[in-house]
Amino acid sequence: MNIHAIRAIYTFELGRTLRTLFQSLASPVISTSLYFIVFGSAIGSRMHTIGGVSYGAFIVPGLIMLALLTESTANASFGIYLPRFTGTVYELLSAPISAVEALTGYVGAAATKSVVLGLIIACTARLFVPYGIVHPVWAAGFLILTSITFSLFGFILGLWADGFEKLQVVPVMIITPLTFLGGTFYSVSMLPPAWQTVTLFNPIVYLVSGFRWAFYGQADVGVGFSLGMIVLFMALCVAIITWVFKTGWRLRT
Amino acid sequence: MTSSDAIVAITGLDKTYKGGHRALKSVDLEIRRGEIFALLGPNGAGKTTLIGIVCGLVRPTGGTVIADGHDIARDYRAARAKIGLVPQELSTDMFETVWHSVNYSRGLFGKPRDHAHVERVLRDLSLWDKRDSKIGALSGGMKRRVLIAKALSHEPTILFLDEPTAGVDVELRRDMWEMVRKLRQQGVTIILTTHYIEEAEEMADRIGVIDGGEIILIEEKHALMAKLGRTKVTVGLTAPLASIPSSLTDENLALSDDGDTLVLTVAGAEDGARAAAELVKRLTMAGIDFVSVDTTRSTLEDIFVDLVEKKRP
Ligand SMILES: Nc1ncnc2c1ncn2[C@@H]1O[C@H](COP(=O)(O)OP(=O)(O)OP(=O)(O)O)[C@@H](O)[C@H]1O
Ligand SMILES: [Mg+2]
Repeated sequence: MNIHAIRAIYTFELGRTLRTLFQSLASPVISTSLYFIVFGSAIGSRMHTIGGVSYGAFIVPGLIMLALLTESTANASFGIYLPRFTGTVYELLSAPISAVEALTGYVGAAATKSVVLGLIIACTARLFVPYGIVHPVWAAGFLILTSITFSLFGFILGLWADGFEKLQVVPVMIITPLTFLGGTFYSVSMLPPAWQTVTLFNPIVYLVSGFRWAFYGQADVGVGFSLGMIVLFMALCVAIITWVFKTGWRLRT
Repeated sequence: MTSSDAIVAITGLDKTYKGGHRALKSVDLEIRRGEIFALLGPNGAGKTTLIGIVCGLVRPTGGTVIADGHDIARDYRAARAKIGLVPQELSTDMFETVWHSVNYSRGLFGKPRDHAHVERVLRDLSLWDKRDSKIGALSGGMKRRVLIAKALSHEPTILFLDEPTAGVDVELRRDMWEMVRKLRQQGVTIILTTHYIEEAEEMADRIGVIDGGEIILIEEKHALMAKLGRTKVTVGLTAPLASIPSSLTDENLALSDDGDTLVLTVAGAEDGARAAAELVKRLTMAGIDFVSVDTTRSTLEDIFVDLVEKKRP
């Protein structure tokens, strides 16, 4: 086990974040705050409670999830895409490290950043709406699992992308819409039955639902199912990455 | 089959790229422990591909490489830990400082932090004053040094320098040579590629020439120079001659078309200067007056051009 290498990658990647700390944190915190002002305070005050939870509080887990998904994907993909783009990846490829070690460093750093960001957004939300967390351990579990899973996904994206556009297209065109349609701002049960069925094909529904259950003890789908889905997605990402490293796809010629 | 003094043993190495281009054709090569080996070859000969395979960047399609006793595929950790690579392209982390970047490299290669060692490396490369500079703000030559510092950060025993002096000014090139010699003294084996034949002539213990993915020659530099090198003695005459006087007849002596100059070609290991003196004596005895005597030794460049040209139809 090349512990020194894992630590080097991990601290190097976090260091990159620290250098751009303001941009890294400011933009997700500002956009989340805007959501709270618009949906939580302005519109939310006119909305009914959903399952006994005020609308402002209802959207908190979904908004944290939105930030987690987009930031994990963006950070991890950028982390591995940048050295590919600049050519410095030669060093990683010539180093005495295994795929698992490299992955631990990169994904660990991206996930760490997301977890911290999630916590900051949760605290920011607290400034706008009062809320409590019924199952804090589950909430922490979902926070960490989601960060890791989507950092793995971002890593794959960063290997696949052959231009900056592709890097941005997936978070903007896929993750954000799926999160919006995944019950962030509403309960799936509020949709007409036909749309409820369609929604069940959106994997993010399960994440938001599970996370919201951890917060308020109520969910659109069973929490076990949510957990199963995220573990499944994680396993899928790991399988793809294993294949990538075996074949050297996009890394070694 | 590997001799004991080989630090890198390459056997039957083959590489066909995805597009079908065969960049290496069953290459056999042994690098001796502690030597400076210069790999010469025209653009596209396969130099970078060869280095890429040994360092783990390129997957071979056949053959084996043993680096310091470790198979680069089966025992990649041990093999790679011994190898440092300075790539041909100037790929750097533009936004990182020199200090961070070099320490990162050391960690990546599995070595515990050692600020004293990194400081030594930076000082040796005259980078110490730049340690807190962002790499992106350095000049090209300085960036090249940063890449060397990164490659040396984990104390490798084998160092690959892929065209280390491309686009580097004369002064820096001399510094680089100095540094390479110093590294050799410390026991590091150095394999470098270059297009500056002067560089190979200046530095290398042995020279390999690769062309079209095949090693066409491997030789001790001195032996190569002796075997293929030539000395030309050119004598400028006061009055043109119609033909070479019979008293001077020598199969290696030629008269220029205008009859103004005599050219003596001394092959290989023979002593050119002595042959020149001999010729002058004989000219004086024959009463042939001359205005100049010039001795030139063929360079490695001439030898190299001859070799590569000869191969081409
Ligand atoms: N990734 C790649 N995919 C396909 N072909 C490649 C690739 N890399 C190199 N080649 C081809 O392989 C051959 C050898 O290239 P290589 O870079 O090893 O040459 P070189 O001797 O280093 O040349 P130079 O002196 O220009 O650096 C060239 O014909 C090149 O076009
Ligand atoms: Mg090259």
